[in-house]
Amino acid sequence: MRDRPLSPHMGIYRMTRYSLISSFANRITGAVLSGGLLAFIYWLTCLARGAHAYARAQEVLGSDVARLGYAAVIAAFSYHLMAGVRHLIWDTGRGMEKAQSQRSAWLVIAAALVLTMVALFWALRAREGV
Amino acid sequence: MRRDLGSAGNGVHHWWVQRLTSVALVPLGVWLLVSLVTLPSLDFVTLVSWIGGTWTASLLTLFVLTASWHSSLGVQVILEDYVHDHALKTISLVLSGFVHAVLAAFGVFAVLRIAFGSPL
Repeated sequence: MRDRPLSPHMGIYRMTRYSLISSFANRITGAVLSGGLLAFIYWLTCLARGAHAYARAQEVLGSDVARLGYAAVIAAFSYHLMAGVRHLIWDTGRGMEKAQSQRSAWLVIAAALVLTMVALFWALRAREGV
Repeated sequence: MRRDLGSAGNGVHHWWVQRLTSVALVPLGVWLLVSLVTLPSLDFVTLVSWIGGTWTASLLTLFVLTASWHSSLGVQVILEDYVHDHALKTISLVLSGFVHAVLAAFGVFAVLRIAFGSPL
């Protein structure tokens, strides 16, 4: 086993900063969203248990820490969504040139920031303080 | 070709389902975000009557299933990449699969329970 030829490994790629960061950020935001899914289903389950259970869960779900968590999930969703669309476009064979992928990496960050801001703005506007 | 080792087509299936669920999650995720952010209030009655609607209940069921599946595939890749100990890797992969299945079941059951009106 030891001397068998290996396919090209990480070491042969020169990981320029933007590709390394954008790929890793997609993983991190994906992991955050898995946590968000867990919280979302906890929230749904509390709702399904009735008004009393939901009121009791508000102590956790309505806390400041939880609110920070929602903002983090919104930001993670925005990035993961835009980066995911970038991946789907790559899958069609488009946008793979270095200059294009560098540009789209920045575009993903910009679009994610805009979506995060708009979503947070609306969340705060729709109901004061929630 | 040995079919008992390596991917043997399994990798392609993983890749394809990840794409399929990601395409579905674009509209579902945007819909959910916009809905949650624009709901007039997050009190019990507003939420229950929103979730109980035919469209919301159906789309939420789809979202819970698709998101659980997509999350399961994503966490699987992360575990495969970063957990190096063989036994620990197997255990964590099995656990992650079970947790995601339980999540999907709880999510779908909660939506249906609300839609069919047991609470209130």
